Amino acid sequence: MKHIMKVAAVAVLASTIAHADGQLNIYNWSDYIAEDTIANFEAETGISVTYDMYDSNEVLEAKMMAGSSGYDLVVPTGDFLARGREAGVYADVDMTRLSNIGNQDKQVQGLADSQMADTKAGIVYMWGTTGVAYNVEMIKERLGDDAPTDSWSLILDPENAAKLADCGIAILDAPTDVLPNVIAYQSGAGDTTDAKLFEKAGEVLNAVRPHLRYIHSSQSINDIANGDLCAAIMWSGDAFQAAYRAEEANNGHVIDYYIPKEGTNLWFDLMAIPTDAKNVDNAYKFIDYMMRADVAANNVNYVWYASGNEAAKASIDPEILEHPGIYPTAEGQKKLFVVPVYDAKLDRAVNRVWSRFSSGS
Amino acid sequence: MTMMGYKCMQQGGSVLYRLTGATGRRLVAAVPLVWLLVFFLLPLLETLQVSFTTAQRSVPPYAPLWGFDETGFFTNFTLDNYALLAAYWQDYIGPAGNSIKLAFFSTLVCLLFAYPMAWWIARSTAKWRVVLLVMVMLPFWTSSLLRIYALIGLLNPNGFINSLLIWLGLIDAPLRMMQTDFSIYMGMVLTYLPLMILPLYAVMVRLDDDVIEVATDLGASSVAVWWTVILPLTLPGVIAGSLLVFIPAVGEFVIPALLGGPDQLMMGKVLWTEFFRNRDWPVAAAIAMLLLAILTVPIIYARYQDGREDHASDPQAGTP
Repeated sequence: MKHIMKVAAVAVLASTIAHADGQLNIYNWSDYIAEDTIANFEAETGISVTYDMYDSNEVLEAKMMAGSSGYDLVVPTGDFLARGREAGVYADVDMTRLSNIGNQDKQVQGLADSQMADTKAGIVYMWGTTGVAYNVEMIKERLGDDAPTDSWSLILDPENAAKLADCGIAILDAPTDVLPNVIAYQSGAGDTTDAKLFEKAGEVLNAVRPHLRYIHSSQSINDIANGDLCAAIMWSGDAFQAAYRAEEANNGHVIDYYIPKEGTNLWFDLMAIPTDAKNVDNAYKFIDYMMRADVAANNVNYVWYASGNEAAKASIDPEILEHPGIYPTAEGQKKLFVVPVYDAKLDRAVNRVWSRFSSGS
Repeated sequence: MTMMGYKCMQQGGSVLYRLTGATGRRLVAAVPLVWLLVFFLLPLLETLQVSFTTAQRSVPPYAPLWGFDETGFFTNFTLDNYALLAAYWQDYIGPAGNSIKLAFFSTLVCLLFAYPMAWWIARSTAKWRVVLLVMVMLPFWTSSLLRIYALIGLLNPNGFINSLLIWLGLIDAPLRMMQTDFSIYMGMVLTYLPLMILPLYAVMVRLDDDVIEVATDLGASSVAVWWTVILPLTLPGVIAGSLLVFIPAVGEFVIPALLGGPDQLMMGKVLWTEFFRNRDWPVAAAIAMLLLAILTVPIIYARYQDGREDHASDPQAGTP
């Protein structure tokens, strides 16, 4: 009996310690943080973190829109964050509560704020581009030395697509990351909201559709690393993950990634606080921690996406910092555009074009 | 327990026993009824209600169907969602056809495999039956997603099967098995086969051997025995198994998404697009209600006809 009392006393004590500095419930993208970041934060602050992951904005949005998600900090992409703000899902972020706000890349943060037409929505965590990942040898074999490995035409020109069909082409299943780029390839106005241009972009995609292996957002990482695909429209970080996996497996496949010369869309993932968050103070503590230069650099060196943090650059692996596919050169930056947030009507029109393309009707 | 109660009543059991027996039976029936009411009928009514409102950027992302504000009663009732489906029917009819075709052929293939398998299990010794049934149900203990990924590992161009065939020298270049009809049907049949085997097994194991013996003794060929005796007696299992496979197969989302190519757009993906991409829960709800009506009305009608025929052919039915 004495023993049981002792155990109970220890248990009560332990639970008060765990609750002393409180809880923090984070919902972030999968594979999007260095392995030791959460543990380091817990050790430093005594806050106990529950860390859940999602792999698409849609899943996050549906959860937030249903209400009472229970999360204190989430990381949606800009257009999703803007829609959520409109629905009253996300609170204003008070910049004065963040001591490390000075570390933020003002240009990147400014671009994100202008996309959302909102300066209090969130803090840019990472940003990236949509481009083309390709298997260097397989492309050379089929298209020779003049292969257009600097243009969307590698995949969007039906002649090239036909020659690559046997080694496998895939496209992201993400209409707002693909259709604006098809428009950029055609006419250069990727930030358009003209429904007619989307119809035309659909025709370009339909012309290469018979040569596609599939339309999917995450399957291509493994497949291109294994040599089951030779070219794919992908997000920058995913492409580097594939390149890394191929290198690790030592399977003879060399994967590279480029931002097409016709331009591509920039996207931003931002740390934001839900309106119904219970542990708001801890959420601020976490955002501030993530904005520390050393923490931000550690995350970039792990996930290979560009950081929203300027001060981190000093500690980022030069291989990442100097890769034009991750941190575009000054020349490359001119070609980047930001896709505006579509209204419900344009959303439906864009998705209809996309559904017809993916079903081949 | 009910069987015992029934027998007691036949022997003229006490009034008290009859009362508790009836209450007991009602209680037993009430549990699944309440379950169905709370977890099936209420969500269904909620979906029906959402299908008559409009989408908006709020939490939840649709307008309330009705309510009271300062001006009194208001309603957002609209048939626009159904009108939209009617106006763009070409965009929906194709995927609906794809889904029904996939479900139909998956059911058929499952039936062709499951029928002899269930028969074989039912005819095994009691000890073997348990082992075989556990083997049928074993896959249910792992996540179906995991099994689909295992299948991808087998069918990939660089997967196990292709590597083996190339190593054996049977083929030079890898066979294209992924993202084809073949891979989708492999996934469907692997996933749904147990749902077909179990109801078939349940009828077959109760099948009286004497009936078969009598038919054989009377000179019926094995084909005739199967056609005139076994098939009619196992038909309830065939129908139950087919419904258990067909209905979820129509709404299947994961298998075509992971194993299929770009040309196989299914209803599950169309619903996903309405729900997640257009953020239009009302239109998604309208599609769900229409699908439900298209699928269940014929089934309910067929069961109703079935029931009436049973009554007509068996005058004893209904009386103890």
